[in-house]
Parts: sequence; structure tokens; C-alpha cells
Amino acid sequence: MNRIDKLFQNKKERILNVYFTAGYPQLNDTTTILEALETSGADLIEIGIPYSDPIADGPTIQESNGVALDNGMTLKVLFNQLKGIRDKVSVPIVLMGYVNPIVQYGMENFCAKCEEVGVDAVILPDLPMFEYLEIYKPMFEKHGLYNIFLITPQTSEARIKQIDDNSNGFIYMVSSASTTGAKTSISVDQSDYFARVKNMNLKNPTLIGFGISNAETFDKACENANGAIIGSAFIKAISEEGNLKEKISGFVRSVIG
Amino acid sequence: MKIQVDERGYYGNFGGAFIPEMLYPNIEELRENYEQIVQAPDFQKQFNHLLRDFVGRPTPLYLAERLSEKYGAEIYLKREDLCHTGAHKVNNTVGQILLAQKLGKQKIIAETGAGQHGVATATVCALMGIECIVYMGEVDMARQKPNVERMRILGAEVRPAKSGSKTLKDATNEAMRHWINNPTDTHYIIGSVVGPHPYPEMVARFQSVISKEIKTQLLEKKGKENPDYVIACVGGGSNAAGAFYHYYNEEDVKLVAVEAAGLGNHTGESAATTVLGKPGILHGSKTLLMQTEDGQVVEPYSISAGLDYPGIGPVHAHLFETGRAKFYSVTDEEAMKAGVLLSRTEGIIPAVESAHAFAALNQMTFNPSDVVVINLSGRGDKDLETYIKWGKY
Repeated sequence: MNRIDKLFQNKKERILNVYFTAGYPQLNDTTTILEALETSGADLIEIGIPYSDPIADGPTIQESNGVALDNGMTLKVLFNQLKGIRDKVSVPIVLMGYVNPIVQYGMENFCAKCEEVGVDAVILPDLPMFEYLEIYKPMFEKHGLYNIFLITPQTSEARIKQIDDNSNGFIYMVSSASTTGAKTSISVDQSDYFARVKNMNLKNPTLIGFGISNAETFDKACENANGAIIGSAFIKAISEEGNLKEKISGFVRSVIG
Repeated sequence: MKIQVDERGYYGNFGGAFIPEMLYPNIEELRENYEQIVQAPDFQKQFNHLLRDFVGRPTPLYLAERLSEKYGAEIYLKREDLCHTGAHKVNNTVGQILLAQKLGKQKIIAETGAGQHGVATATVCALMGIECIVYMGEVDMARQKPNVERMRILGAEVRPAKSGSKTLKDATNEAMRHWINNPTDTHYIIGSVVGPHPYPEMVARFQSVISKEIKTQLLEKKGKENPDYVIACVGGGSNAAGAFYHYYNEEDVKLVAVEAAGLGNHTGESAATTVLGKPGILHGSKTLLMQTEDGQVVEPYSISAGLDYPGIGPVHAHLFETGRAKFYSVTDEEAMKAGVLLSRTEGIIPAVESAHAFAALNQMTFNPSDVVVINLSGRGDKDLETYIKWGKY
């Protein structure tokens, strides 16, 4: 059974998914961050594959992508770092990245490698559902890898249903029309959108991401979904001076108490 | 084999719509509505009226006699440099501003490299009284200062793109991010035949007035619609797409695309995508792309800001792959010399982008009876500083 399904079977609310960029702040921090996040109480971890042109990301994640690339992070390096990670970390791991580096690596190889190291799902924001269904779905299925889709406040109900039908794991609810890290609060408009999606009774669990940065926004998101995803705020937190592990546990504690 | 876009937005192996879900409704809205809107008689009437009375079309097809003598062929220049605002870019912005109005959009964003598309966008926004924000790489803002000020005079806000190489690619990223953050009231006027479907085909169609006019004008002058060659420079490729469009499927016409080789294709300082690129995905479409082995986009280089782009439009990747168009690349030095040559043989100072198309003549051989059309896509006023800095005239 995919670790994500197991997670949602055992825990239905207040699921915390934390995003970090592989290779940031230092090239070899990946394992340290994964272990510290799990120990601190993250339920799910999203590792960003850095890309030169991350168009869905705001300045914080853009900058972490740039630093990670300068540090020498590549998919090959990342998969090497993740070798044996399942001896140390048991929470589900999701890789998030833009499609070009993965296509260059080879989608089939990529899926096989994800299975080999124990990655449970991927989020490829610029891979259209159409291309996924036509070309790549069999590769994902062969390697037990889930493909996570995004929905936004502008996504029509018909399309949300279509996405729900073709999803497994969970659905990533983008909280507002924005790039990552652009907004720091949740408005009335967003609450309407959350309620609308909740009333659709989707078969997949939902996690809310974009603009979730602290206990307040996390709590608010958790009222409307099974949990939430924090990225930019976490990147900011680990960019500060100090011991990496302590910064991570301090941040997670500040969010989930 | 017919050159045309299919319903998924592909030209052969290239194209598509690789966009994050946040942009899906915008792109769908465009895809579902644009054909119907642009084909409607009232749209066509307004579009043609503005092209004639505002842009100054048709632009002349001019027999360049001294240049013809030098290269031993009959060379015609399609004078897009005489368009209002100084380049072909305005053909597309006139079309897209009318489209944006029909879609009920109140704000316009655009990206720009050399600033020509930014100026053309600021111009039509001023014409229609619509708010306009143009993203421009910080490096490009410095090397194309007059165009920055032109946009500001026209009332547009110019926002520097400070990420990456601070050039056209990064300006495009920033414009896309802006659109993600403002999806409902804003239309994004992309300036080249790049981006997610339907942009590449839509922009090419607005620019196709160039080849439509060439056909009519050649018929008048030569008694036939088809020349032996059509030559155009390619950055993203909008002027080339416009000049090729009605000749895509006329097999007797040789299509020649000219890319910028910067300091030389193998110096690490080039923008010649068909030489240095591999299939990849950038700015919403699958195309040829300059990238590392790991799929990171490589920063291109060209003296010409308008050609300084790591990809090409998907239609051009298809023309290249199928051999329908022949691609040449031209260094900074060769282009600058060609620019000065054109200035002195014909009295026309071309944009540095367009000068690349002229430099390709040195790599080609012609029969004296060959009819050659070169798309002179823009004038050199904006490039005076580049000419002065180069200095060898």
C-alpha cells in the first residue's frame, strides 16, 4: 500500500506537509532535513527538485532553487542522497518539480528511480493532465507512483471532478490565485472556495497549500481540508542563522504546537 | 506533409500547453474563444482598419537594387521597419488588444526583450486606454534604454525582471507569474510565437499579414505570388512566422531562418537554438531549447536583445526538424557588418535583429533570376547605442 494512503487511513485531519528545496541551504542537507522534519512531527514531506525557471513559485522558492542549483543539485545527486532513506525516514515523500528536468532525465527512469528509493508521489505543476493521461500514466502505475494534481479557486467544478477521478493520494488545493509565498492570510473569498470544494465530497483527501505560513493559517486551512502544505515560510525559517535541526523543530512546533 | 497546428496545439512533435493549473482557465478561455472572435466580421473590420490607418499597412515591398547587384539575385525587402513603432511587433499587439477587449479584460501585461514588443503593447494600450505593465529584464532595460522611456511616455509601467539572466526569458517568467497572481481581469499579450497553445498559432496568425501582403505585392511586381526564398531572423520567431505563414505549404518557396550565434556557436555565448538546443519544455510549450544535460535552461547570448532567447517557437522547431526551413546562424560581428552594409547600400539602418537576416546572404549562393524576400522586421533607431559601441563604421 502506498504510504500516502496509509497516512490518510490513520490520520484524517491536521496533516502537515512541509516543502523544502533539495540542495538548500547546503547540497547535502537533504537527509538531515528529512529526518528532522519527521522527528518534529511532519506527516508528509515534499522535496522540491530545483529548476532554473520555476514559474509557479514566488521569490523565496525561486531563490532557494537558484542556490540549490549553484550548490550542484541535480536529479542524479538527489536520487543518490535518497538511496537508503527508507531505513531512516518512514513518512510519505513527494517529489515536486517542473517537467523539463524530468523529461531530460527520462520519465520512465525517473519513475523507476522513485520506486527504488521509496518516493511515493510526484507533483509536476506544468505537466498537463492531458499529457499525463495520454503518455505517462502507465509508467507511474507500473512503479506505484502517485501523480498529485493541483486545483485552484478558478478551477471549474467539472474539472475538479475530472481531476478527482484521475487522482490518487490527495488533491493539492492551491489556496488563492498566486505563486508560492505571495500571500500570508486567508480571505473570505478563499473560505467560499474551500467550502465549495468541501461540499463536492471528493473521493480524494485534500491538502491546502500556497499562503500557509504559521499556526494561524495552518489551523484555518485544517478547518477546510485534511491538512496543509507549508513551503516558503519553512524555507525562510531554515535560511536564518543557527543550527539546522533546531530551526526545523522550532518551526514545526510553532505551526502545530 | 502540411505545416499546421493540430487541435492539441502541436506542430508535429512540438507545441502543447505545459502550464500550471493556475493558468489553465485563462488558456482555456483563450483557446475556446479566440478563433471565433478573430474570425468575426466586426473584429476583422476593426483589425484591418487599425492595421491600415494606425500601423500604416500595407508596408512596402521594396526592390533593393544595389543589394541585389551585390549578391547576384533580385532582393526585395519587406519593410516592416516602416510600421508604426518601428517593427512588425505591432501587428500582433493590435490583434491581441482587440481580442482582450472582446474577452472583457481590463488590464494588459507583456514581456519584452529588445523593447519593441513592449513599446508596441504600450502603444495599443494607450490607444485603447487600458492599463499596461511590461516586464523587461534588467540587463535589457540598460541596453535598450530609449525603448524603456518610450514605454513610460506611453503611460506603461515597466517592471524590471531581476531573476536569472535578467533578459527576455526572465521577463517572460515574471509576466507568467504576474498572470498567475491576476488571472481574471488581465490578458497577457505574448509577443512571439512561443508560450502555451493557442499563443504560438494566434500570434503567427496576427503576423501572417506580412506574407499575405508579400503575395499580393509580388503578384503586382512579378506576376507571381511566390518568391524563391523568404529570409527572416528568428529569436522566438514571430516575424519569421509571419513572413513564412502563407508559404508554409508552398513547396517551391525556400524558407530561411537566421538565428543569432552571438560570439560564435561554440564559444558558450550564442543564442542559436537549433544548433545548441534539444527538445525540452519552456514557457508552456515543447520546443527546441538550450539546456544543460540536467534540463536546466541555459542563458543564451546575443548582441541583439530581441534574439537573446534560449528557445524558438514550436512551429520553427517543427520547420527545422522536418527540413521545411533551412536554418543559418550569424555572429554579432557578421550581423553588425550586415547592418552597416544595408545602411550604406540602401539607406536603411536596420534593427540589429533584422541585420542577422541580411548577414545570412553571405552564406548563401543564388542564381541571378532568384527572387529573394528578406523580412526587414525592424528599424535601427533603438540600436544606435549598440552600433556606436560596436564602432566599426
